[in-house]
Amino acid sequence: MSRRAVITGVGVVAPGGGDREAFWSLLVAGRSATRRISLFDPSGFRSQVGAEVDFDGRASGLTSQEVRRLDRAAQFALVATREALADSGVFDGPPPGSVDPARVGVSIGSAVGNTMRLEEEYMVLSDDGRRWLVDHTYGVPHLYEYMVPSTFAAEVAREVTAEGPCTLVSTGCTSGLDAVGHGAQLIAEGSADVVVAGATDAPLSPITAACFDAIKATTARNDDPEHASRPFDRDRAGFVLGEGAAVLVLEEARAARERGAHVYADLVGFASRSNAYHMTGLRRDGREMAEAIRVALDQARLNPTDVDYVNAHGSGTKQNDRHETAAFKRSLGEHAYRVPVSSIKSMVGHSLGAIGAIEVAACALALDRQVVPPTANLRGRDPECDLDYVPLVAREHRMDAVLSVGSGFGGFQSAMLLARPGRVPVDAGSG
Amino acid sequence: MSRFDLDELRQIMRASAGVDEGVDLAGDIGDLEFGDLGYDSLAVLELVSQVQRTHGIVIPDEAVEEMPTPNRAVEYINRLAMEGKAS
Amino acid sequence: MGSPTLTPATARRTGVVTGLGVVAPTGTSTADHWDAVLAGRSGIREITRFDASVYPVRHAGTIPEFESRTRVPDRLVPQTDRWTHFGLAAAEEALADADVDPAGLPEYEMAVVTASSSGGVEFGQREMESLYQHGPSWVSVYQSIAWFYAATTGQISIRHGMRGTCGVLCGEQAGGLDAIGQGRRLLRQGTRLVVTGGTDASLGPYGLVSQLRSGCVSTVDDPETAYLPFDRLPHGHLPGEGGAMVVVETEESASARGAGRGYGTVLGYAAGFDQSTTTGRPPVLARVIRQALDDARLDPSDVDVVFADAAGEHRRDRVESAALAEVLGPGAVPVTAPKTLTGRLLAGGAALDVATALLSLRDQVIPPTHGPIRLSPDHEIDLVQDEPREVPLRHALVVARGYAGFTGALVLGRGDRTR
Repeated sequence: MSRRAVITGVGVVAPGGGDREAFWSLLVAGRSATRRISLFDPSGFRSQVGAEVDFDGRASGLTSQEVRRLDRAAQFALVATREALADSGVFDGPPPGSVDPARVGVSIGSAVGNTMRLEEEYMVLSDDGRRWLVDHTYGVPHLYEYMVPSTFAAEVAREVTAEGPCTLVSTGCTSGLDAVGHGAQLIAEGSADVVVAGATDAPLSPITAACFDAIKATTARNDDPEHASRPFDRDRAGFVLGEGAAVLVLEEARAARERGAHVYADLVGFASRSNAYHMTGLRRDGREMAEAIRVALDQARLNPTDVDYVNAHGSGTKQNDRHETAAFKRSLGEHAYRVPVSSIKSMVGHSLGAIGAIEVAACALALDRQVVPPTANLRGRDPECDLDYVPLVAREHRMDAVLSVGSGFGGFQSAMLLARPGRVPVDAGSG
Repeated sequence: MSRFDLDELRQIMRASAGVDEGVDLAGDIGDLEFGDLGYDSLAVLELVSQVQRTHGIVIPDEAVEEMPTPNRAVEYINRLAMEGKAS
Repeated sequence: MGSPTLTPATARRTGVVTGLGVVAPTGTSTADHWDAVLAGRSGIREITRFDASVYPVRHAGTIPEFESRTRVPDRLVPQTDRWTHFGLAAAEEALADADVDPAGLPEYEMAVVTASSSGGVEFGQREMESLYQHGPSWVSVYQSIAWFYAATTGQISIRHGMRGTCGVLCGEQAGGLDAIGQGRRLLRQGTRLVVTGGTDASLGPYGLVSQLRSGCVSTVDDPETAYLPFDRLPHGHLPGEGGAMVVVETEESASARGAGRGYGTVLGYAAGFDQSTTTGRPPVLARVIRQALDDARLDPSDVDVVFADAAGEHRRDRVESAALAEVLGPGAVPVTAPKTLTGRLLAGGAALDVATALLSLRDQVIPPTHGPIRLSPDHEIDLVQDEPREVPLRHALVVARGYAGFTGALVLGRGDRTR
């Protein structure tokens, strides 16, 4: 009996709006949430632009202890989890009819873990960097939980009373896509019936900003923050660091149907490949990303022409935009020129590991509502990027299957295919 | 600043980015491309960043493209330092 | 090629372990480690990388003899954290041990999956110091690729040209088993060879101080008695650094290369998560062990040795011994904890236990648990102490439990490799 994962709940904490619906409104309006960084003083940094979440943990329903204990990214994850659970209703059935905790798993992605708290606590323990031998007497009670990123998975597992397989996936900027893919796999193979999957990152702190400054990956266009994230545009100058989380409730398809759940999308294919080339560099030909796309299509038994929308990685670095444009042409052939391709990073920035899950959430909503989100700020295409990137304005569009891709440091390339419920035969993924 | 030379660049290369097997940094490397010496774009950025720190100069982003080889890098850095003194 | 990734577990394939690589306080090679484990030579020493006398813990499982310069390509040394140095060195040894030439295998059919707990924490501390002492422009270019948890997987993938499904799983101290379990999963989906395992190097000042806050680290100053799992009065554990990498292949791949059944096979794996004790929910370990045995299609009586998690804290030890007694029978199976010689290695610990268990299966000998442990009557287990025990060994069970509730169990079967 083939099993497949479907999305029945979506929770989002993203720049430009608090929850799922605010996020979708931002995307449909083509509005960019980037601005001059306010979470720390960015003067002295090469890049001073960020996509920040206006976030108040208490107002979002967290308790005082949660706000004290948890890194910003963990707070995002909890808030998104609660929204996804309420949306899905998967645990609303009365016991004993509800789900056995042993059959509930968690798969959360994050690229940089609790960086913000790690940095804040480092400053105190080292007295602003003066002491290599940091002063342990200043260590806060939850310091160890900041060092290990698995804390995010543990917090979500406690929130949903999961006693099945729980893990934190940390493959840099493909973490979000890989975590959702891992969750789908746990359901497909029968290790869990429900998986709470997603990703979170809150990297807007001095050390992470300095990291990307050093390699000149983030934009130095500080004069016009609202238009700084410009994927595929000839005037782009690097990516804009963002933050946020998306959490999805994944269920086994048959069980979801039986309880009458609203299904946003079926997860019909997922694959990842590595370029084994360079930690940050990408070869121009996009062959490993193309291979991941090819394998994902193969699993879903779909043809390239079946792809109705591509949610691009679209970070807004010259290297990335050309790399993935090549990958789309290589994997989708002539269809690459016809299918709409867009990057929501133009609106919500690049939240490292979290963005992959946020993009899967966008794909689920796009399928559900049959609207393609645009690429904001795309005024003049880079001549080397010659596809239909859906500039500026969202587009109503008939979609049965959509592709989301990610690319990240370490050379990781991932691809996921989502389909409208029931449109791709459930047996397709087996074999 | 004192005149920047190839030996100082060699030292920085060795310390900040290591040396590939089969590369003799002490040899005649001045006109070889950084890439051929096993130094990728990150390594060159790291060299530039070290020079900025030790010599207190600011090297603009675009400058990396003007230093494809150790000799060109030494030339560029000295020119920049001279201009800095003149202004 | 192109085999589906989202497959049911019906395509039953076991992974054959054909190569081991170890960098641990007990030795910087598999052979040295195994000699030390059998001889009961401890790798717990005074911390010498910095002046730890200011901290309540001065001893740890350290690897002072590890020389990055001789074990890691020169260009990679300044680009990567010590944890990645360990990973690269262990992967290299494992591939050489397996006699694999990655260049001769299909690039997309080789994968790397590692576990990490603390990432490049020492590298990160140094760069934060530069940032706060001097400013953003002093932060190294390499911070962007050294600090994050995916650095080790990425570097191993690049170094050996492995372009398959690469991954990084963080499940605290159970992560090493999750990584190997994920490796085996990939072998069912078109991957033929996986380099997998875990390392950690969290013994810089910031890493050590963070670990102190877990509340599980022993502050007993005597290194011989600081970490005594299953004792009547355990005091917690000592931290350590290092880990292990293993090469796991499909049976077809191993036999095609003449590697036979290698050190052994990964027969079963399962994972779960403990809810907080305040919820009143029982621990999941017994269930997870049963699931791993079911996955291996084995009965409890097929298990001949257990490599225990051995927390060194009474309540946690009690949960473990109770689960073992419940599933395998009270005192029915020899239990050992060689990690008493290394301390707990975070993401490296479970991976090292898997390597040690495979060596144990190869040589048909159970290494002892180290230290003057007075077994508490609360633990109905047959704890192997003092001397190695030579007994016929068919299958080994490895248990790993991590901070916050992460739980894993892995079942290994004997191979045909000889010493």
